[in-house]
Amino acid sequence: MGYFAPASLDDALSVLDRGDASIVAGGTDFFPGLAAGKRPRSILDPTGIEVLKGIARTPGGWRIGAAATWSDIVSEQLPACFDALKEAGREVGSIQIQNAGTIAGNICNASPAADGVPPLLALNAEVEIASAAGTRRVALGDFITGVRAVDLRPGELVSAIHVPSVDSSAASSFLKLGSRRYLVISIAMAAVVARTGKDGTIEDIRVAVGSCSAVAVRLRELEARLSGTQAAEFHKSPIVTPEDLEELSPIDDIRGSASYRMEAAAELCGRAIATALERCGGHG
Amino acid sequence: MIGFELNGRAVEITPEIGERLSEALRERLGARDVKVGCDAGDCGACTVLVDGDAVCSCLMQAQQARGRSVETLAGLAASDAQAKALAESFQDLGAAQCGICTPGMIVSAVALLRRVFEPDQSQVADALGGVLCRCTGYRKIIEAVIRASREERSPPNEFGGVGSPVRRLDGRGKVEGTEMFSDDVGSADSLRVRIIRSPHARAHFEFGDLDEFVASRSGVEAVLTASDIKGANKFGVIPGYEDQPVYAEAETRFRGEAVAAVVGTASAMESFADEEFPVLWDPLPAVATIAEATAADAPQLHEGRDSNTMCSGFVRAGDAKAGLARAYRTVQGEFSTSFVEHAYIEPEAGCASKANGRLEMHVGTQTPVMDLEAVADILGMDRRDVRIVPTGVGGGFGSKLDISVQPHLALAALKTGRGVRIVYSRRESMQSTTKRHPAEIRMKIGADKDGLVSGLHFEGRFNTGAYASWGPTVVNRVPVHASGPYKVQDYLAVASGIHTNCPPSGAFRGFGVPQSAIAQESLFDDLAAAVGIDPLEFRMINALENGVPTVCGQTFPKGVGIRKCLAALRGHWKSARSEAESFNRHAELRGSPLRKGAGIAAGWYGCGNTALPNPSTIKAGILADGTVVLHQGAVDIGQGANTVIPQIFAEALGVSVDILRIVGADTDLTPDAGKTSASRQTFVTGNAALLTGEALRASVLKLCNASKDAELRFGRGAIEVADGGLSHTVNLDRLDPDPEGYVLRAEETYNPPTTPLDEEGQGAPYAQYGYAAQLATVEVDIALGTTIATGFVAAHDVGRAINPLLIEGQVQGGIAQGLGMALMEEYVPGRTENLHDYLIPTIGDIPPIETIIIEEPDAHGPFGAKGLGEHALIPTAPALLNGIRHACGVRMTCVPATPSRLRAAIKASGRG
Repeated sequence: MGYFAPASLDDALSVLDRGDASIVAGGTDFFPGLAAGKRPRSILDPTGIEVLKGIARTPGGWRIGAAATWSDIVSEQLPACFDALKEAGREVGSIQIQNAGTIAGNICNASPAADGVPPLLALNAEVEIASAAGTRRVALGDFITGVRAVDLRPGELVSAIHVPSVDSSAASSFLKLGSRRYLVISIAMAAVVARTGKDGTIEDIRVAVGSCSAVAVRLRELEARLSGTQAAEFHKSPIVTPEDLEELSPIDDIRGSASYRMEAAAELCGRAIATALERCGGHG
Repeated sequence: MIGFELNGRAVEITPEIGERLSEALRERLGARDVKVGCDAGDCGACTVLVDGDAVCSCLMQAQQARGRSVETLAGLAASDAQAKALAESFQDLGAAQCGICTPGMIVSAVALLRRVFEPDQSQVADALGGVLCRCTGYRKIIEAVIRASREERSPPNEFGGVGSPVRRLDGRGKVEGTEMFSDDVGSADSLRVRIIRSPHARAHFEFGDLDEFVASRSGVEAVLTASDIKGANKFGVIPGYEDQPVYAEAETRFRGEAVAAVVGTASAMESFADEEFPVLWDPLPAVATIAEATAADAPQLHEGRDSNTMCSGFVRAGDAKAGLARAYRTVQGEFSTSFVEHAYIEPEAGCASKANGRLEMHVGTQTPVMDLEAVADILGMDRRDVRIVPTGVGGGFGSKLDISVQPHLALAALKTGRGVRIVYSRRESMQSTTKRHPAEIRMKIGADKDGLVSGLHFEGRFNTGAYASWGPTVVNRVPVHASGPYKVQDYLAVASGIHTNCPPSGAFRGFGVPQSAIAQESLFDDLAAAVGIDPLEFRMINALENGVPTVCGQTFPKGVGIRKCLAALRGHWKSARSEAESFNRHAELRGSPLRKGAGIAAGWYGCGNTALPNPSTIKAGILADGTVVLHQGAVDIGQGANTVIPQIFAEALGVSVDILRIVGADTDLTPDAGKTSASRQTFVTGNAALLTGEALRASVLKLCNASKDAELRFGRGAIEVADGGLSHTVNLDRLDPDPEGYVLRAEETYNPPTTPLDEEGQGAPYAQYGYAAQLATVEVDIALGTTIATGFVAAHDVGRAINPLLIEGQVQGGIAQGLGMALMEEYVPGRTENLHDYLIPTIGDIPPIETIIIEEPDAHGPFGAKGLGEHALIPTAPALLNGIRHACGVRMTCVPATPSRLRAAIKASGRG
């Protein structure tokens, strides 16, 4: 019982090993969900742990420390494939939220509308999980198992997000649809990472959609259909049809109907693909 | 124990686990300039700088402040040059209205200005996008930040008379963080009150052993239930409709209704979860909609209100049926609107204590005297034994006309004999306080070949929720206004209020008129199209004029300004329409999904109570030392009564407003200036201030037999009276002071001349109306169904602009609320009980607004002035809906026109 703000990961893991401390970093999801009289008896604040901070190049790609805030990510010099992640970061709540909220918190909160998840899925991100027993890595798509559910066991802590290397010519884009300009939970989101060859052939394209299923998903069939085609064909109006969205299972809620979400997702994907491909053009 | 720097000063605290920094700052360190609006990062009011970065202090663990520098508005305003510049520019422009969001706004702006030199509008919007404001419409905030960054200042206007854009007289406390709002007065060691609320729309309930509960929980001092009420466990605002219990007895009628309250120490209440309270719920079938409530087998909410019908209002002139039969063209439609939440950033709060046998309460309210009467009646106390001291009000918009925290505070203070405090959580505030009535409207309007309206039939049913509140006012006001500001000879309008198991619908800026205006102004566009006349010219043809009767048969010899409002928009209208049409032709050719549109709508609103007396009284006196004291009891909820009423009084007395000492609203110190409601304060209390100023002036002049044009100069202990070539000195110390110390005094009352409505709804329900016409331009993405407002031009006939700066503030703020109602706001009990599921406009949603002030003097208003607060919102939603129609051809009949709904309508119309 108590408040723990360890400076080392080992100390943090031993706190977690001893009991059921709640991990609270930026607090931007923890406090809104905190009802009167329900304060936890024990909190682990991981934001002082050095290895959880910062964004670094690794031999296989990039490592984003779990406690990196959205403002950290937005202000970091990163290649164009991260533009979608940065654009999403700028849409997380408000400056106040971006200054406090962390990337790991966004993932672990496992909201279907988490702004960070579609761009990270499009980046093939992996989650690094630490425990007293060592570390393991899980693909982000497998880590989030459902609404508010993640593959995190007692004693474990998300320590980093890994983004495998992406060709430097790749570009990316992100679109979020909401009913107002700021501080908005999305109705639908699309993130795209794409790379084209010198002749304009789409060599790699990854499309992820959020807020339209329990967990944001990659549209693998659409990606397969678009790969190998000519980017020029899609510049004006990429045809994303409802058949391309079979991975989605949107619900009706206060923000929009399921059928609207399907339509909007198709439109957003189309626009985000067009933007990403245009940006590829800029590189080539 | 942790240490950090607060506004440059080293502090140490020992916070609890899970304690928010906002709590620590406010309760442990007394930094009450940090405002808490939602405890969820949705409103940004609590923004502070931590090592220079803006964060929501409600989302930060207090322990995380260790070793860091925390800056709040009060500290910044005292020492930071940029914060000082912002404080001045906010005041110069009226960028703080109620002031509850101002700490968040200015602190966020300081963070921006430390990083960005001379930011542009979009940088300001990005930096302040996390702070919600419900009053201003944001435009003046953006302008104030830009001005502060460029050190562009004109000398502050603090001395002008009537007609002058005087800075808010009470502005300094708002921009420096010193104004005390409703949760800022109570002491940290007061007992706290938590209300136990029904989790079901309708339920039977039974308590467990409450005595045992109190005895077993250390720090819990008392439980309050219906059995603690010595007076009446019924309250309401309309005589004959006192139907709401403080604590439900045996059965609840809406989700969030109070059944009990727990009173205990702060730490006891912090560890107490509502589910631990001993009560058993047995949910019952409930009705949520008008259709459900009026079904044959629907459960009845109140005895004697058959078919769940609370009451109805009615106005008939001529023969609507015959007019419609005669018409060359008719149009009709069915329209529906949603519950709209007031969403002031300050949740209900207050504190109370018992002193010398009297109860004293500090609370945010729009109507202190009605609060006093209600509390005394509930307690069974003599009204003389209750004192209500209104605090700063962090937004009201109608909802703080009803009591909320008041009876709970009163009962808790009396039962425990100790100082007590309460603050509603955002969820409680949204669950339990009043809403704008959802309306279901059917309307049919005809016109002859020349475009003159020929017959109008209106039927509106309003979901009034579980209790009456101001519902009777809505159903009486709507039929009087449903014609809009037009000449309609053959007219029939009926409105009824239907009870449901929803939160009570009550007063909200416009009392039902914004809903009826959506139907009427939308159909006017349809009718204009049907007869082939331009929508603005169609309205001009039909606009009400001096000497022409309203639908209630009332004629005004002067002051009907709607034609001037419409005429003022003509130039903007023509260019906006043609620009949109040309844009759309190109967009279609290009295959772009964007469409532009321009829409217009007009509105009118009767100032003051409908066909009922509503007097205001103002008192003033002169002390022997020459000080002029104004007892100004009209509560300023951000609209500006604290400035406008003194301006009128000063003008009448013949002095500059800056010499006044103002005693603010307090039921022990200020006479009843009535409620801040119905756009009545400038008109009604303004007239009382005018009469009081004139009376006080007359008593000064009488002492020296000076003529009425004499000039008064108040000096130390004397008044110099310059009368033509003569000058007199009135030595005040030779006069006898009364018990309050006044050597001269005046107290005058004004009650607007109205008459009751007869059984046909004919009469003179209001002594004055204000008029408005607004032009909205929009951009619609037809593929996504999204609408962005791109600009407004608002022409408002205010009779006489007492303070043009505050008028612009009212117009811009009203438009922001109208935009929210039109495009995004929809309260659904149980689903949108927070400010991230219930959306109000942010700083990025409100486009530039041009305000055109029309002055068509009113026969009764002070200096010809008319009320304005509600008028500003009424035309906005229909202007936007008409703009959407112009953009994409789709008539939206259900608001809010969310992207999901608009896209569905576009598809259904075959246009996309």
